[in-house]
Amino acid sequence: MTPVATPFFFYLLAGTMIIGGILVITRKNAVHSALALITTLLAQAGIYLMLYAPFVAGVQIILYAGGIMVLFLFVIMLINLERSQKERQFNKQWLVGIAAATALGGLFITVYTKGKALFPGSAASYVEEQNTQNIASLLFDRSQGMYMFSFEIASLLLLVAIIGAVVMAKKRI
Amino acid sequence: MQPLIDYITSYLSSDKTPGAAGNFFWATVYVLLVFAGLSVAVICMNWLERKILAHMQVRLGPMRVGPHGLLQPIADALKLLLKEDIIPSEADALVFWVAPFIVVLAAFTVFVVVPFGPTHAITDMNIGILFMLGVSSLSVLGIVTAGWASNSHYPLMGALRSSAQMVSYEVAMGLAVVSVILMTSLNAQGTGTLSMIGIVNAQMAQGEWFVFKFFPLGLIGFFIFAVAMVAETNRAPFDLPEAESELTAGFHTEYSGFRWSLFFLAEYSAMIAVSSIAVTLWLGGWLRPFPNWLSGSTWDLVFSLFPGLTFVFLAGMCFYNVARMPKHPLFKIQTMGLAGFGALLGLIGLALFVPAVRDRVGDIFWFAAKVAGFMYLYIWYRGTFPRYRFDQLMKMGWKVLLPMGLGLLILTATTAFLEPSVEDWLRRIL
Amino acid sequence: MDSLLHISTLHYLVLGAALFLLGVIGVLTRRNVVIILMSIELILNAVNLNLVAFSHYWQGLPARMGGGPGALHGQVFAIFVITDAAAEAAVGLGILIAFFRNKETVNMDEVNLLKW
Repeated sequence: MTPVATPFFFYLLAGTMIIGGILVITRKNAVHSALALITTLLAQAGIYLMLYAPFVAGVQIILYAGGIMVLFLFVIMLINLERSQKERQFNKQWLVGIAAATALGGLFITVYTKGKALFPGSAASYVEEQNTQNIASLLFDRSQGMYMFSFEIASLLLLVAIIGAVVMAKKRI
Repeated sequence: MQPLIDYITSYLSSDKTPGAAGNFFWATVYVLLVFAGLSVAVICMNWLERKILAHMQVRLGPMRVGPHGLLQPIADALKLLLKEDIIPSEADALVFWVAPFIVVLAAFTVFVVVPFGPTHAITDMNIGILFMLGVSSLSVLGIVTAGWASNSHYPLMGALRSSAQMVSYEVAMGLAVVSVILMTSLNAQGTGTLSMIGIVNAQMAQGEWFVFKFFPLGLIGFFIFAVAMVAETNRAPFDLPEAESELTAGFHTEYSGFRWSLFFLAEYSAMIAVSSIAVTLWLGGWLRPFPNWLSGSTWDLVFSLFPGLTFVFLAGMCFYNVARMPKHPLFKIQTMGLAGFGALLGLIGLALFVPAVRDRVGDIFWFAAKVAGFMYLYIWYRGTFPRYRFDQLMKMGWKVLLPMGLGLLILTATTAFLEPSVEDWLRRIL
Repeated sequence: MDSLLHISTLHYLVLGAALFLLGVIGVLTRRNVVIILMSIELILNAVNLNLVAFSHYWQGLPARMGGGPGALHGQVFAIFVITDAAAEAAVGLGILIAFFRNKETVNMDEVNLLKW
């Protein structure tokens, strides 16, 4: 499908993500931060769709926005955050933190201005109708699939995480 | 001017959905049509639910507002729009305001990929069913924020219970869906598809609806999904989080007027959405009954008469009830209204007999008829089953449906793998 | 102006870098543990964006350089990162609940039980 009005949608979604990110790190109320993070994640799913990655966008919506953020909201509601809203929000070494982040930002700017010529825009438009099938062939195909081991390790990791979370959050071991 | 007309008419001869063809104008037209159709469907569902529940409980339901209560939904909508907008004093105003919109957004965005016909969808994404499952899981967020923002313990408990229930039954739904996706890959190339139109095309190519495939595996998958979808939409018998006798209406206790109508709209749209998933994945989507067994042009003609016959039958019922109306001067307006409504339905039915309309409307009619069957099942469950207690509900979701789904997936995969070789072996010995 | 309008891979990389910076600022300056965990999610998302942007860039390369329409390695890696982020969020929130049960606070400065 030919892309339509790409710069408009890119800047709209990018602006939503940046504003959402700023709201996440500056709000006093944790639920407001969580809602801003949900907005950022959904805008990121839109950016994935622009990058011709519909499967990753679908996984982002299901797992991140529909799973992890629900987990965050549950925990925020189980913990009583009333007292923490009246305390000071930023810690004592915030200036050092900002300085470190500025140094990192300077590093990013240097890298991206020096390497600007390496990343031209991609001219070809890709067929997105086979995206899921291509990802599946990278994972499962006998001849060209190379990520089967990582897949199994990821499922083992999830099992370990489930057991760990259940044991830690139980009332009595 | 001419390029604009060309842009508009160039889509009419294409064989793709407007989203896939990149046609912005027709995509907008389809979006508006789906939105209008959904609103009409929700209004009809409101009236039908009250009348059918009433008749199941041997009473009459709303009879006063219009003839046989036909104007009751409009009266309800007017009442909700004109009610005072109350926000609890300690509630978080921004979150309180945003929560119904999240739920409505999640419930309506799902319809972007629902296929009413081979090209009658707004778009056909490569990840159709994944998109539907994912976006419908976003409504959990809206419910949790609605319960929290009301700043009172009944809504909070109701919201946490409701979201726990929805998250649990999403897992069972996902497993049932995966077993169907497995069945779509039983074609010559060996690749399946996640797109909704592709799933119905796979059913047409394999010659049987997936509910009958590998009997009884398709049926068990359908049953798991049918139970999980009722729990997913918080309807009876799984409606403890919003039951009035238990939790004073749960997470939407503090919402009144227009905000409550948004929750109500979102609930019925979600019901229609998950019914569309069930119809597309198991019951053959827009395919008419017996597409391969009773094929041929005469059977096509017979089945294409069904839309018109349905509306003519409804018009006949209206006129029968006109004849039964009391012959009292105070009932004159109601009688005329009912007769006018019957005449309107009859005209629509007669219009659907015209061959040019008949051939195009068939797909949409069969899809809508199957979804309407599911809506009747929803109302039937509400009138028949007692409510599940919350721990029984969670036990059923995790200890019954999830193992059934896993076992079904393993059995389906094994059957799909062994089926060609079993057929060869049977053919050789028989 | 033209380089601003024609969206290239660099635009996506800069967006990812900006999100990464926001996440790092959040982790370094906030006291509330829940918000720190959410900033970590921001960082992981920025990394994902970089991965998918590079996979999109690779798809435009010729096949002899490892490109072509099936070169979706970045997207597969991104899926694994999302899975790991889910696992890490679950464990992190479990730790938070266990800590909150002991100390009744979600302040990062008070996580000092092992201090001498």
